Amino acid sequence: MTSPIVEARSLAVGWPGAAPLLEGVSFDVHRGEIFAILGGSGSGKSTLMRALIGLESPVSGEVAIAGELAPKLEARRPTFGVMFQQGALFGSLTVLQNVSLPLERWTDLPRDAVLAIARAKLRLVGLEEAGDKLPSELSGGMKKRAAIARALALEPSLVFLDEPSSGLDPVTSAGLDDLILTLKRALGLTVVIVTHELGSIFAIVDRCILLDHEQRGVSASGAPRELADSDQPKVRAFFQRAARAS
Amino acid sequence: MASTLQGRMAPASSAPADAMSASRKSSARAKHLPFSVEREEGRVVLTGELTMRHAGALWRRLSEEVDDASGQRLDLDLSGVTHADGAAVALLVELRAALSGRAIECDLVGGSELLRELVTLYGGERAPTPRPKRVKERGVARFGGGVASVLQAIERWVAFVGSVAAGAAGVVARPRTSNFRSLITLSERAGADGVPIVLLLNFLVGFVMAYQSAGQLELYGANVYVADVVGISVTRELAPLMTAIIMSGRSGAAFAAELGTMKVSEEIDALRTLGLEPVRYLILPRVLALALVAPALTLLGDVIGVAGGAAVGALSLEVTPRAYLAELRTAVFFSDVWTGLVKSVGFGIAIGLIGCQQGFATSGGAAGVGRRTTVTVVTCLFAIVILDTLFTVFFRMLGV
Ligand SMILES: Nc1ncnc2c1ncn2[C@@H]1O[C@H](COP(=O)(O)OP(=O)(O)OP(=O)(O)O)[C@@H](O)[C@H]1O
Ligand SMILES: [Mg+2]
Repeated sequence: MTSPIVEARSLAVGWPGAAPLLEGVSFDVHRGEIFAILGGSGSGKSTLMRALIGLESPVSGEVAIAGELAPKLEARRPTFGVMFQQGALFGSLTVLQNVSLPLERWTDLPRDAVLAIARAKLRLVGLEEAGDKLPSELSGGMKKRAAIARALALEPSLVFLDEPSSGLDPVTSAGLDDLILTLKRALGLTVVIVTHELGSIFAIVDRCILLDHEQRGVSASGAPRELADSDQPKVRAFFQRAARAS
Repeated sequence: MASTLQGRMAPASSAPADAMSASRKSSARAKHLPFSVEREEGRVVLTGELTMRHAGALWRRLSEEVDDASGQRLDLDLSGVTHADGAAVALLVELRAALSGRAIECDLVGGSELLRELVTLYGGERAPTPRPKRVKERGVARFGGGVASVLQAIERWVAFVGSVAAGAAGVVARPRTSNFRSLITLSERAGADGVPIVLLLNFLVGFVMAYQSAGQLELYGANVYVADVVGISVTRELAPLMTAIIMSGRSGAAFAAELGTMKVSEEIDALRTLGLEPVRYLILPRVLALALVAPALTLLGDVIGVAGGAAVGALSLEVTPRAYLAELRTAVFFSDVWTGLVKSVGFGIAIGLIGCQQGFATSGGAAGVGRRTTVTVVTCLFAIVILDTLFTVFFRMLGV
C-alpha cells in the first residue's frame, strides 16, 4: 500500500451534447486492491471506466495511472488490461488469436510459447476447448470470459473489468471470483471492477464507490460492509435491493 | 372480464356489418363506450372501464373536456372507475403532465387500491417533469450551422488523412506495428473476388463503345478505326472509371461496414487498450490493398474492354481480330495505359480512405453502420469523378 496505482481527481465525465453524467469524482485505488464501481444501470459506470483508461477525455479533472497523468494508450505496451462490458473480441480472429494478439505484438516470444501462454490464459477462464472458435460462435458469458483472458494476456498488474460476471451462472461466477482473488493474492493484481453481483461484492471487493445518477456523482464510498450499513437510506436501499434481486 | 366482453360484443355481432361500421362513425358510438367522461366544477369525473381497446376514444373525450380548461386546478376523479389497464393510466398521467405544462394543477384522485398502485407505477404521483421545448432553428441559424458542419467535416478529413500519413511514415520505420498479414486476405477479397464482375462490366463497356461508334465509322468507311476509338477511351478513361465504381460498391462499402461494426462493438477501443494503433493496424493495410489491387483490376479491364471492341469489329464491322490488333498497336500508346493505371491507384487510395474514415466515424448501432455504408458509396463516386477531372487536367498539362 504505497502510492496509489489509480488516482481520480475531481473528475467530471459525460457525453458530448449533454450535461455531465458525473461530477467531482475523486478516489484512489491502491496496489493489490479490488476496487468496485457500483451504481444503478445508466448511472455512468462504463463511462467512468472509459475515462479512467483514457478512451474518453474527461470533461474536467484528471486521471493518473501509476503516477502518470492522462496516460497515452496507443503505440506502447499497455500497462493494464481491460475487459469491456460486451467483450469486444475481434470478430475476425479466433478466440485463441484474440488472446495471443497482444503477446505477438509486445513480446519477442517464439510462436509456440505465445500459443502456450494464450492457451493457459483460456484455461484460467475455463475456455481451453473454445480456442479455435470465432467470437460469433460463443455465448454471451463465454465472450466475457474470453475477454478476461485477453485482458490478462500481458500479465498486467492492473485490470479493469466491466461487469465480468453478469450473465454467468452462479457456479461460473463464483469460479471467476476465486480466480480474481487468487490472482490478487499470488501476483498482487489490482482490480477495478464494475459489478452488480452482491455475492461477489461481499466476497472479493475491498473498497467501492457507489455512483448515483440523480446526485450526478459518488453517493458513498468505503468497504462494502460499511456501505450496506450506511446511515444514508438511499445507499442502504441499493444494497438491500441488490440483495433481493440476487 | 370475459362476461363483460361478451356482453359488449353481443349487440354488435347481431347487427349487419354495414350498420356496424356506420354506427362506429356516428355519434351513437358514444353509447357503446364502456366509460364516461364528465366535466364538473374543478374536476373531470371518469366512470366505467378504461382500457387499451377504447384508448383512442378516451383520449379524444378527455382532450375535448380539458382543451378549454382554465383556472388553477383540474383534478381527475377516478372513484367511479371499475377497471383500468396500463395504457389508460398512461394516458391519464400524460394528460396530467400536459395540464401542468399549462400551469393547471392536476391530481388523480379516488379509485381502488389496485388503480392507485398502477398510477404510482406509471409515475402519476410524482411531480410531472415538463418536457423541454425544442427550439426551432431560424433560417439564418440553420445556414450558419450548415456552414459550420461543412467546415468541421473538412477539418475532420484533414486530421484523418494527416493521421493516416503519419501512421504510414511510422510503419515504414517499424513494420511490425502494422498488420501486413491481413494484406493478403484483404487483397484477395478486394481483388481476386472482384475479377468476374470487373471482366464482365468492362467487356460490355468496350462492346457498347464500339457499337455506338460503328454507324459513324461505317458511314465514312473507316471501320478499322474502331480500334482507336475503343482502345484510347477504354485505357485512358473507361476501364479505370468502371473498375473504381465497382470497387466503391464492393470494397469501400465493405470497409465502412466492417470497421463501423468494430467501432460500435468497442473492438476499436479494445485494440487501443492493447497498445495497437487502429490507423496502422486497420486502415493502412486496407488502403494499401486497394492501391495495389486497383491498377491490377484496371489492367484486366483494359484488356477485356479492348476485346469487347474487337468482338463488335469482327461481328458487325468486318474487321478481323488481326487487323484490329494491328490498328490498336499504332493507335494506343504506352502513355494511354499508364495514365489510366496511375489514375486507378489514386481512385483505390481514395476509396480505401473514404471507406475507413466512414467506418471510424460510425456511431449509433446497426442503423449507424447502414447509414455510413450508404454515405461511403455516394462519397466514393463523388470523389472518383472529382479526381478523374483533376487527373485529366494534370495529364493534359504534362502533355501525356
Ligand atoms: N456512446 C454514447 N453516446 C452518448 N451517450 C451515451 C453513450 N453511451 C452511454 N451513454 C449514456 O451515458 C449514460 C451512462 O451510460 P453507462 O454505459 O456509463 O452506464 P452504466 O452505469 O455502465 O450502466 P449499465 O449498468 O447498464 O451498464 C447513459 O445515460 C447513456 O445514455
Ligand atoms: Mg455499463
